[in-house]
Amino acid sequence: MSEAALIDARGIHTYYGVSHILHGVDFVVRRGETVGLMGRNGMGKTTLLRSVLGLVRPRRGEVRIAGVDMTQAATHAIVRQGIAYVPEGRGIFPNLSVRENLVMAARPGAHGRRDWTFERVMATFPRLSERLTHGGAQLSGGEQQMLTIGRALMTNPDLLILDEATEGLAPKISREIWAIIGQIKQAGIASVIVDKNFAAVSAIADRVLILVKGSTVYEGSSAELRAQPDLHHKYLGV
Amino acid sequence: MDANTFLIQVLNGIQYGLLLFLVASGLTLILGIMGIINLAHGTFYMVGAYLAFSLSQHFGNLWLAMAGGVVIAVVIGLVLEWLLISRLYHRDHLYQVLLTYGLILIFEELRSVVFGDDVHGVAVPEILRVSIPLTETLSYPVYRLWMSAVCLVLAVGMYFLIQKTRLGMIIRAGAANREMVQSLGININLLYRLVFALGVALAAFAGMIAAPVASVFPGMGNQVLIVCFVVVVIGGIGSVKGAMLAAILIGLVDTFGKVISLEIGGVQLLPQLSGMMIYVLMAGVLLARPEGLFGKRA
Repeated sequence: MSEAALIDARGIHTYYGVSHILHGVDFVVRRGETVGLMGRNGMGKTTLLRSVLGLVRPRRGEVRIAGVDMTQAATHAIVRQGIAYVPEGRGIFPNLSVRENLVMAARPGAHGRRDWTFERVMATFPRLSERLTHGGAQLSGGEQQMLTIGRALMTNPDLLILDEATEGLAPKISREIWAIIGQIKQAGIASVIVDKNFAAVSAIADRVLILVKGSTVYEGSSAELRAQPDLHHKYLGV
Repeated sequence: MDANTFLIQVLNGIQYGLLLFLVASGLTLILGIMGIINLAHGTFYMVGAYLAFSLSQHFGNLWLAMAGGVVIAVVIGLVLEWLLISRLYHRDHLYQVLLTYGLILIFEELRSVVFGDDVHGVAVPEILRVSIPLTETLSYPVYRLWMSAVCLVLAVGMYFLIQKTRLGMIIRAGAANREMVQSLGININLLYRLVFALGVALAAFAGMIAAPVASVFPGMGNQVLIVCFVVVVIGGIGSVKGAMLAAILIGLVDTFGKVISLEIGGVQLLPQLSGMMIYVLMAGVLLARPEGLFGKRA
C-alpha cells in the first residue's frame, strides 16, 4: 500500500460560468485520517469536493488521488482509487429498492479489499435490513442517510466523503449517524465530513479546514480550534 | 365475427404488439435513460430487414442471416454511439433530432444505392412453412406463432435483465441520477454505449423476423418509428414494463380497428377511421395519465 495521500489537491481554482468559486484551495487527506470541512453556506465546500471528484473541472490546480495525477480523469476512475461519495441530498435511487441500492454499488476496493459485504452492511445498519424491499423514496431521512452510507461502504472505500452528514435529521437520528461515523473511523477508513454541527465535527475529526468565500482561512487540529472560540465564532457563527 | 376469426385477430394483434415491443423497448430505454430522442430508431428496424434479405441470400439460410445480422447491428450501435450519439448527451433535444434525422437520410440513401428502391421478399424458413388449420377455410401460419414466441422470450429476457440483474439495477439507477452512478465508480459512458447497442440490436432483430411476413421496402422504418413513439408515450418514457403493455394494447387496437365495422348515426366510423385508432387511444391515455401508464410523475 502506498503512503501517498488519498487526496492531494493543490491550488484549486474552480468557476461556475463567470463566478470564481474556489480561489486556490489546497486540500489534503491522508490515509486513515478524519477531516472536518466547515464553513457557512455558499463558501465552496461542496464545490471543493466536486472539484476533487471530477464532477466539476477546476480551471487551474492539480488533483492527485493516491499519488496519481487525476486532474483530468473521469469521475468513475477517480472514485475507483478508493473514494466513496455521499452527496448533499444523499442521491438515493428512488426507483430502486433498498437492497438494489446497495447491491448495484458493490465492488472490491482499490487494493482488492472485500471486507464490506452486504452482510456486514446489514449488521451495521440493522434498521435497513427490515426495509430491504422498500423503495428508496419510502425511507425516512435518517434511513436514507444510512442507506447512502451503507451503499458507499459497499464499494470498500479507503476514504468516505460525507457532504452534509446530518442535515435535516432529528437530533436522535443525528446521534445515530455520528455513532456510525465513529465506527467507520474505528474501521480505519479515512473520511471527510461536512456538517454544520461544530461540536460533533470537532469531536470526531483529527483536523478541521474552514472555507470562507472559496479560500482556506483555518487549517489545524480540532483541539486547537476548540481552544479558540472566537475563531469558530467568527467563521462559523450565524 | 365468429370465434375462429376472433382468435386469429387476437393472435395477429398480439404478434404485432410483441414486434412493436422489440423496437419500442430500445426506444424507451434510449430516451428514458440516456435522454436521447432517437428518430433513427425505426431506421435500424429497416436495416435489420435488409440485413435479413441480403444475408439470407448470401448464406441461403435465414437462421444464419439472423445470427450474423444481430452481430452487425450491435457493431453498428457501438460505432454510432461512439462516433455521434455520445456527443449529444449534454446538448439540447433539437441537436438530437437534427442528427438522428440526418441518420435516417443517410441510411435511406445507402439503402437506395446498395439495394435499389424495389420491394423485396424474404422466404419463410422451410421448417416453419406450415399452417395450423382452424376450420376448413381458415388456418394460422406457424411462422407468426414462432415470431410471437421469440418476441415473448426476448421480452422475458429483457424483464429479467432490467429487473433482476446488477446491470439492470445500474441501468435503472442511471435513469434516476446519472451523476450518482458515476460517483459510485461506474463508467456511465460505457453503460450508455451498451444500452444503445442493445436498442439497435433489438430494433434490427425485429426487422429481421418481420421481413418474411412484412416484405422489405424503402421507408419501412419510418412507419414503425411513429407507432413506437406512440407506444413509448402511452407506456411512460423509460418504462420497459409500460412499453410491453402499451405495445400489446396498440397491436390489438390497430388490428381490431381494421376488422370491426362500427357505424354511429349512419356514419361509418370503422374500419374507415382505423388508422386513427391508436392516436385516439394515446390521446385518451394522456388525458387520464399525462405521464403515461408507467411513467414517473413530473
